[in-house]
Amino acid sequence: MSTVIAAILFIGVIAYALFGGADYGAGFWDLTAGGAGRGRRVRELINLSLSPVWEANHTWLIFCLVTIWTGFPEAFTAITTTLYIPLGLAALGIVTRGAGFAFRHALTERHGERISGAAFACSSVLTPFFFGTIAGGIASGRVPSRGHGAPLTGWLNPTSLLGGILAVTVCAYLAAVFLTGQAQRRGDTSLTRAFRRRALGAGVGAGLVALVGVFVLHADSPRLFRRLSTVGAPLLAVSGLCGLAALLLLRRGRPSVVRTLAALAIATVVAGWGVAQYPYLLGTHLTIQHAAAPPATLWVLLVVSCVAAALIAPSLLLLYTLQLRRRLG
Amino acid sequence: MVLSALPGVADPPQLLPAREQMAFTLGFHIILVPFGVAFTFMMLICQYRALRRHDPQALLLAQRWSKVAAVLFAVGAVSGTVLTFEMGLLWPGLMGPYGSAFGFPFAIEGLFFFLEAIFMAIYIYGWKRLPPWPHFFTGVVVTLAGIGGTAAVIAVNSWMNQPAGIVMRNGRVAEVIPSRVFFNGAFWWEMVHMLLAAYIVAGFLVAGVYAVDLLRGRRDHYHRLGFLVPFTVAAIAMPLQFIVGDTIARQVYDREPAKFAAIELVPTTGDHVPETLGGLYIDGKVRYGIPLPDIASFLAGFRSSAVIKGLDAIPAAVRPTEAVVNVVHLAFDVMVGSATLLLLLSLWFGWLWWRRREVPTNRWFLRGSTVAGLLALLSLESGWVVTEVGRQPWTVVGLLLTRDAVATQGNLWLLFATVLAIYACVGAGALFVLRAMRRRWSEEGTDAVAVPYGPGSAPAPTGRAPGADDV
Repeated sequence: MSTVIAAILFIGVIAYALFGGADYGAGFWDLTAGGAGRGRRVRELINLSLSPVWEANHTWLIFCLVTIWTGFPEAFTAITTTLYIPLGLAALGIVTRGAGFAFRHALTERHGERISGAAFACSSVLTPFFFGTIAGGIASGRVPSRGHGAPLTGWLNPTSLLGGILAVTVCAYLAAVFLTGQAQRRGDTSLTRAFRRRALGAGVGAGLVALVGVFVLHADSPRLFRRLSTVGAPLLAVSGLCGLAALLLLRRGRPSVVRTLAALAIATVVAGWGVAQYPYLLGTHLTIQHAAAPPATLWVLLVVSCVAAALIAPSLLLLYTLQLRRRLG
Repeated sequence: MVLSALPGVADPPQLLPAREQMAFTLGFHIILVPFGVAFTFMMLICQYRALRRHDPQALLLAQRWSKVAAVLFAVGAVSGTVLTFEMGLLWPGLMGPYGSAFGFPFAIEGLFFFLEAIFMAIYIYGWKRLPPWPHFFTGVVVTLAGIGGTAAVIAVNSWMNQPAGIVMRNGRVAEVIPSRVFFNGAFWWEMVHMLLAAYIVAGFLVAGVYAVDLLRGRRDHYHRLGFLVPFTVAAIAMPLQFIVGDTIARQVYDREPAKFAAIELVPTTGDHVPETLGGLYIDGKVRYGIPLPDIASFLAGFRSSAVIKGLDAIPAAVRPTEAVVNVVHLAFDVMVGSATLLLLLSLWFGWLWWRRREVPTNRWFLRGSTVAGLLALLSLESGWVVTEVGRQPWTVVGLLLTRDAVATQGNLWLLFATVLAIYACVGAGALFVLRAMRRRWSEEGTDAVAVPYGPGSAPAPTGRAPGADDV
C-alpha cells in the first residue's frame, strides 16, 4: 500500500516537472527575451499561453507537498528541517512569480508592468533551480531520517547543483517546445522559428548538462549512479531517445508529436530517479514502508487520489483542449 | 505577544518569530479567501440576472468582478502555497508526529483547489468565446469548489481545537479514523462560521466600493446593482452569523474551557459570572472592564447560576498566560463589537428597503456602508485571533504544545523579515493594480477595450511597429 502511495506521489512529481516546469521555462524565455521592444512579441505569446493554465499547473506542487506530509510525515519533516533554506527561497520565489505575473496582466502602465514582469521572470529561473537542489539533496541521501541535516551542504553540493542547473535547462527546453507549438498554432512563422531555435539550444544544453551529470554523480553519489545505471538505465535510455527524436523532429514533425516526445523525455528522467530511489524514500536509511503513515490514512489518500483522477483529469483535459483550440481569451 | 506557557521552562528562541510569521501570513491569506469563496458567488448572481433579464449592466458588473477575482485569486493561490511550505518549515513538530492524522483534509482541499483553479481559468477566459450558460456553470463549479475547500481547511483547524479520531501508541499515531478526524466535534459550526464570514467580508467590502460611488451621486442602474447585490448577500448572512457564533460560544464553553475562560475573562470558577466588556487581566485580577452582572453565565447556560470554569481550573502547567488571556479577550470583544455594528447596519438596510423597495440614499447609511467592509475584515481577523491564540499554549489541544511543534533550525527572524518585505510588495502591488483597474473603468466607462488580466491585454505598445520581425 505504501508503495502505491509513493507511486502516486511520484506521478505528482512528474506532473509538476512537466506542467510546472514548462511554466517556469516560459519565465526563463521571458527573462531572456530582450528589452521592451525586442522582447514584446515573445512576452505576448508567453502571456497568452500561460495565463489560463498556470494556476492549475501550480497545484501539482501542493498535491505533492500534501501527499508527502500525509503519507510520509516523518520524511517530510526530515526534508523541511534539513533543506529549509532552498525550500524557503523556493516559496518566496513562488510568491514573487505568481504575483508578478498576475500584476503584469492587469497593468497597462509601462513602469509597473516592467517591474512586475521582471519579478516574474527572475523568480521563474531561481525557483526551479532551488527545487532542483532540493531533489539533488534528497536523491544523494543527504537528508537524515531524523532530519536536521547539514543546512548548507545539504543543498550546496555537486549533485544538488547539478539538479538545479538541470532543472533550469529542462524547464527552458520544455517551454520552448510548448511555445513553438503555440506560435505555430497562431500561424506566426517568425516566432515559430525563433522558439524552435531556442528549443534546439536548450535541448542540446540539457543533454550536455546530463552528460556532465554522469561524471558528477559517479564522483558525488555513487549509490545513485549505480542504481541509475542498472535499474534506472532503461528509463534513462528511453529518455535520451525521446529527447533526441524530439530535437530531430522539431523542424518537420507535428507539434503534438514533438510535445509528447519532449514530455516523455522529461517524465522518464524523473521516473528514473524514482526507480533508482526505490525502496528508499531518503538515501539508504529510510524506506518507503517504514516512513509510511498508518493504513487508514493511506487508504484515504488512495481514495482522494482516485476521486481526483476522476474529477481533475477530465477538467484538466477540458481546460487544455479549450486553451489549445483558442476558445479561451 | 509573548505567549510562553510553562513557568520555569524556557521557550525555544524560534517560537516567537515562527508564531509571528504564521500569524502574519495566515492573516494576509485570509483577507483573500472571501474573494475566492464568496465574491465569485456575487459575480454569478449578476451574471444570472444578466442572462435571465438581458441586463447588460449586470453583465458588465459580472465581467469586471471576475477580473478582480482573478487577480486576488492569483495572489491567494501563491500566499496559500507559502502556508503549505510553512507548515513544514515552521512546525515540523506538528507535521512529523501528526501529519498522518490530520494531513488528509489538506489533500481534499488540494482536490477542491485544483477544481477551483481549473474552472476559474475557464470562467475568466471564457467570456468571449464560450456559450453563455455553459460558461455560467463553470462559475458555479468555482463557487462550489470554494465551499468544499473551505470545509476541508476548517476540518484541519477544528481538529486542532478539538482533536478526535486517532489512537496514540508509544507517543506515535498508531491508528486513524478518518471520518472522525474530518467531522470532529468542532467541524460543522466552525465551517459555517467561516463560510458566512467570507460572504460577509466580501459582500461588505465590494458594496463599500459602490457606496462611495452612490455618495458621489452616481446613482445609475450599474452602481445601484453593484451595491445592492453584495450588500444584500452580506446583510442576509449577518444575522445568521450571530446565531452560529452564539452556538459556537456555547460549544466552546462545553468543550474548550480554557479558551472560554480567556474569552470571558474569568479568573476563578463560579456562577453568576459577569460579562466583562473591555478590561484587562492583570496579576490574576480583572481590571478596567465594564462588568454586566450575570450575563456571561446566562449566555453560557441560559441561567444566571450556570457555573463557568475559570482560569484557576486549568492546570498551572498549561494555563494560558496573562498576555494570551488579554489578547483573546480583547480580540473577542472586537469581533463581537464590530459584528454588532454590522448587524445594526444590516437591520437598517432591511428597514429602509422594506419601506422604499429601492437602494437607500440616506447619506449616513451609505457612509456606514463605505466602512462596513473594513469592519467586517476586522471582525474576521479578530475571530481568527480568538480561535488561534485562544488555543495556546496548545497547537493541538491536549496533545501537542506549541513549544514542541516549532522548528529549531535556521534563523527564523531573517526568514520572517524577508517574508514581510515580499508580502509588503505583493500587498501594495495588489492594491495598486486594483486601483488602476478601477480608475480605468471609471474613465472609460465600457470594457470594449482590452480585458485586463487576460489575453487581449497586450503589453503596452513599445513604440516599435507591431510585427517587427526581430525575435
